[in-house]
This record gives sequence, C-alpha cells and structure tokens, in this order.
Amino acid sequence: MAIDTKLPYEKDYVSNYSARLNEPEWMKSLRLQGLELVDTLPMPKPDKTNISKWNFKDYKHDAEGKAIQSLEELPNEIKVLLDLDNKNQNLFIQRNQSVAYQSLSSELKAKGVIFTDIFSAMNEHSDLVQRYFMKDAVSVDENRLTALHTALMNGGVFVYVPKNVVIEDPLQAIFWQEDLEVASFNHVIVVAEENSSLTYVENYISHNKTENAVANIVTEVIAHDNANVSFGAVDNFASGTTVYVNRRGVAYRDATIDWALGQMNDGNTVSENITHLIGDNSVSHAKTVTVGRGEQTQNFTAKIVHFGRNSEGYILQHGVMKDSASSVFNGIGKIEHGATKSNAEQESRVLMLSKNARGDANPILLIDEDDVTAGHAASVGRVDPLQIFYLMSRGISRFEAERLIIHGFLAPVVNEIPIKAVRDQLTQVIEGKVH
Amino acid sequence: MAGSTLEIKDLHVTIEDQEILKGVNLTITGGEFHAVMGPNGTGKSTLAAAIMGHPKYVITKGSILLDGEDVLEMEVDERAKAGLFLAMQYPSEITGVTTSDFLRSSVNAHREEGNEISLMKFIKEMDAAMDYLEMDKNMAQRYLNTGFSGGEKKRNEILQLMMIKPAIGILDEIDSGLDIDALKVVSKGINKLRDESFGCLIITHYQRLLEYITPDKVHVMMQGRVVKSGGPELAQRLEAEGYEWIKEELGIEDEIAGQKA
Repeated sequence: MAIDTKLPYEKDYVSNYSARLNEPEWMKSLRLQGLELVDTLPMPKPDKTNISKWNFKDYKHDAEGKAIQSLEELPNEIKVLLDLDNKNQNLFIQRNQSVAYQSLSSELKAKGVIFTDIFSAMNEHSDLVQRYFMKDAVSVDENRLTALHTALMNGGVFVYVPKNVVIEDPLQAIFWQEDLEVASFNHVIVVAEENSSLTYVENYISHNKTENAVANIVTEVIAHDNANVSFGAVDNFASGTTVYVNRRGVAYRDATIDWALGQMNDGNTVSENITHLIGDNSVSHAKTVTVGRGEQTQNFTAKIVHFGRNSEGYILQHGVMKDSASSVFNGIGKIEHGATKSNAEQESRVLMLSKNARGDANPILLIDEDDVTAGHAASVGRVDPLQIFYLMSRGISRFEAERLIIHGFLAPVVNEIPIKAVRDQLTQVIEGKVH
Repeated sequence: MAGSTLEIKDLHVTIEDQEILKGVNLTITGGEFHAVMGPNGTGKSTLAAAIMGHPKYVITKGSILLDGEDVLEMEVDERAKAGLFLAMQYPSEITGVTTSDFLRSSVNAHREEGNEISLMKFIKEMDAAMDYLEMDKNMAQRYLNTGFSGGEKKRNEILQLMMIKPAIGILDEIDSGLDIDALKVVSKGINKLRDESFGCLIITHYQRLLEYITPDKVHVMMQGRVVKSGGPELAQRLEAEGYEWIKEELGIEDEIAGQKA
C-alpha cells in the first residue's frame, strides 16, 4: 500500500529541521536513518487491537510556543498542575515545541544534575545524550512508529542525575500542546547514575477535540546500580489526538524503577510500558490507571522482563470503562533463563460502567526458569450492587456511592502519583471523565 | 427528638421467586428493644434486609411505615435518612475508600447541606466512639472493611451506628463470629444508645447476646412469620428448652421458611 507509507515530511524537511536546531551530526544521521526505515518497517501490532484505521498521518509537525516570564501567566488548566505554594524550583514547561519555562534549584545544578530540553542537552552534552538516545531501552528499528519518532523527534527533556546524588523534591515536566494540530514526537530520557535517586513527574495536555493530531512519544529511563527512579505521569491528550506512547525502563543491579501512570487520554491510544530488570535484585512496580469513555479504543501493555537474579516485578493495572469505550489490558511478566529467585506478580482489574463498553484483561506469564515465584489476578466486572446497597444504607446517594467505589477502585494507583497538585488534578480528571 | 415508630404489616417477601416472608407483623417504637429469634432459615435476616431495601428481595405484599411514611416507596439512601439503619451480617469490603472518609460521608448524608460536621468535631466523635468500642485507631485509615477480621467488621458496624445515631437500628446477627470479650464491647456500644429516641430490632439466633442487651420484647420467627411474642422471659425459656416446644405448641413440623411460592 504505497499510500500508507507516503510521508507528510520528507528527507529535505528532516535535514533542514535538524540543521535549524543546530543538532550534532549523529542526531541528524539518526533522524535520516529513521526516515529511511519508515518505509520498510511494519506498524506496531498491539495484541487484539486493530490500529490500521487510526490517524497517524494528519498533523502539523512544527509549532513554536511563547516563553513566559512568570508562572502567573499560565492558563488555569496548567496552573492547577503546579504546587505554587511550595514553589517547586525544579520545573520544566514545554509549550508546543518551545521551552516556555525552566528552572532547576541552584543546589541541584551545583551537584551536576541536568534537567533541560532535549535539544539543549544535545548541544551541551552531546556524548551523554548520544549514549542513551534510542540505545538501551527503545530501538529506532522496532517498528514504523519508532522509526518515525526518531526522524521527527520535536521535543522532550533530558534528566541526568550524577552518581550518589539524591534528589528529594520532584522534578516536574509539563508538555502543553497549545496548538490544536501540532504533533508531539516527544523524547524523554531519565538517567540515574549509581546510588542516585529521583522522582520525576510529567503531564501531557492538549485541547484538540475536533482537530486531528498525533502523539508519538518515547521515554527511556535508565537506573544504574542501586539507583532509584520514581516516575509519575498523567497523560491527558484530547480526543483528536491519536497516541502511541512507549515508556521503557532499564534497571541494573539493586536498582528500582517505579511507575505510576494516569493514562487519561480521550483519543485512541496504544501505550507500552516495559521494564527490563537487568541487574540482580532489581525491582519495578508498574502501576497504571485509565478511564475510557466515548468511542475511544485503547491498548495498554505493562510488561516486566526479568534477567537479573532475585529481581522483582509487580504490575497493577486498573481501568474503568464507560460509554462505548473499549480497552485491552495486556499484563506480561517474563522471567528469562537464569533469573533465579525472581518474583513476577501482576493484577489487572477492569470496572465496566455501561453495557456497550468493552474491557479485556490478558494476564500473561512467560517463564524460562524453574526457581521463581509468579502470580496473576485479572477480573472484568460491574460495580457490585451489594457495595452500592451498603453505602446507600448509610444515607449516601446512589451517585455518590458509585463515585466512591470508582475512586476507591482507582485509588491504589492515584495515591502513588508523587506531586500532590498532580495527584489532585488526576482525581479531578477522573471525576470529569466518569460523570 | 421523640421516638419514631416502625410498623411492619403483613409483609411478604420473595427472593428469586421463593417466598421467604409470609406475612410478618411487627411494630417497634423509640425506646424499645425488640429481639427477633428463631432457628436458621426462618426468615430473620430477610426481614432485616427487606426493611432496608436490599436489591435482591422483592416485596410482594404488605407495608412498612416509618412514622406513617411509606418506606417501600423510598430508595435505600432515603430510608437511611428517614432514620433507619441496618448493621449488616456481612458488610461489603470497599477498597480505596478509608473507613474514616466513608464514615464522614455517612454522617454528613444525615445532615443538611451547608451544615456538614466540621473535621475536628468529626474526628473527636469518631475517636471517642472508637475508644468506647476498644478499636484500634489505625482502622479509621484502613480501607473500608478490607481485610478486617469478622470481629473488626462487627465493631465497625456498631461504630457507624453510634456515629449516625439512627431512630431505628436493625442489627442482623451482630453477635455471630464474636468471642465473648468482643460481644461484651459490642453490647456496651449498643446499650449506650438506649434512650427514648432510639428503637432497636436485634436479630439473633443465640440467647447469648440477650444476656448483655436486655430486650423489652422477644419475637420468634418460623416459616416466615412471627409465631410467638413475649417479654425477656421468652428468650430465657428458648435458651433453656430450645425451639421444639413452640413447634409442638403450634403444630409446626418444618420451621424453615423458603418453600417454593
């Protein structure tokens, strides 16, 4: 199908784009390599979801955004994500493809922490970015969309925490798609060196209900020996955006990567969250919540692959489905040969609020080692009428009873979101979507 | 507040096309403690659930009135706000909702909008009630009934009863699964509420509970009806002699309620 592979953006465009951003040569050639692969590679094939009719072509690639002088200038829907009272100094706001605001505490700067936009990082720390960009976590040639991502990467942040640096306050990034048609080919890299520790929280937000756009996002988290990364995210792309988001983690010896993802997009979404537990004693908790509504179709994969001995992976996915929304939840725990004494646990629960909604939970355990423990639990069901009866028997209205049960159902993940303002905002978004 | 009156008249109830209650008559007024006793399967718990509006039970005949208002016309939450409370035999577990948040929502549901209980006052009242029931304070921050032992669930039901202070409390086998110490504590909580404005319907098949909570009236249910009523002495005789003498007296062979309708 020739028409499928026709790209809205060609080689000259990509070269010029890279030149305009003053990118190092390696990035330019990586982009062009990606572009060439787009024609030959297949689309990703999420299990049980057909994405062949989804919009991956109609979008605008490039849009600038104005910088702001003060956080007070931000519209309310962005302001609510900020802990304005606590004056969090570690904040990055991207508006379309431009940096609108960035700050990092002088203390962290002095310690060698990097928290800056991906283009500046490529200029100022070219070797460091090159070391991690599409190397250990996601590859350029995985599928057509990862190749396209490489070719058209148009935003993102680079986070680097040097050895032995422990960051107490969270780093927060907000990716604000103000332009209704602009695509997000965002690339986020988080590198935690040996014995370091950080909490990173990101928000994606767009407003395009009728305009088409695409988000093709790659996030790579690398936790070196004994590092600890706590990664929180709330994705809130509007219904016009088709989303393909890859969040990958690589954990070395004694390292921990914990994910708390609020996947609140209103459009069609494929989300992959994969963590490789490479080192012995490495640990990952992968927690996600979602609310599906309207006609949207979503496919979520949470996968933890155990290579290291005594590694522990815990997957928890909770989804609420209403209207005619349909979602597939793939939970995959894979234990490779040699990963003795590892433990792979997973739980997928789907709460159905309407007859026409669909939810599939697919728990998968793939185990190539004898001396391990593993377990899974999955359920798809409706709100229990006896729970409603119990709550109502205390004077609580049916509406409020359902609300309590739904929020309670999502709470185990929502409560893990590290920044209170973001957590509260996620609760608000859930509230808005459920009722 | 003067006491309320709950009148149950000729109540017939079916579950999945099986008639369980076949004409129950019972009147409870504020200040009175009534005990409903009877062997297993005679319809006691069905009566409790039907009064509160359990979704599985269908009322086919009869009426329930609270101070003259038609309870059967009310939604479950309206029944609660009108003054009814059911302490359940098997309370639901609700993950993600803390006991404390739930309790506060319940208390506020019984108050006018704009007149919600202040957080300080709520915590004070809850702490006092928890102390009275010898409950671990950490329970308030645990998810509602989730992972609670049988005894903790029962105490939690009585905690709600004490905080909500309904006009009529219905206690469905609140004594089942409790050891003697827990039974004493739970009884203490219930007795604390005894006054002119509170009426109580205690459902049990053991006389044991009634050693700690003295009922004003005792009713025996068999075959889905109240077949005998009396004072506290009736419970004592049941404890001493069992139910056989009633069956003989009334010519009942099989006391079980659930015959096909």
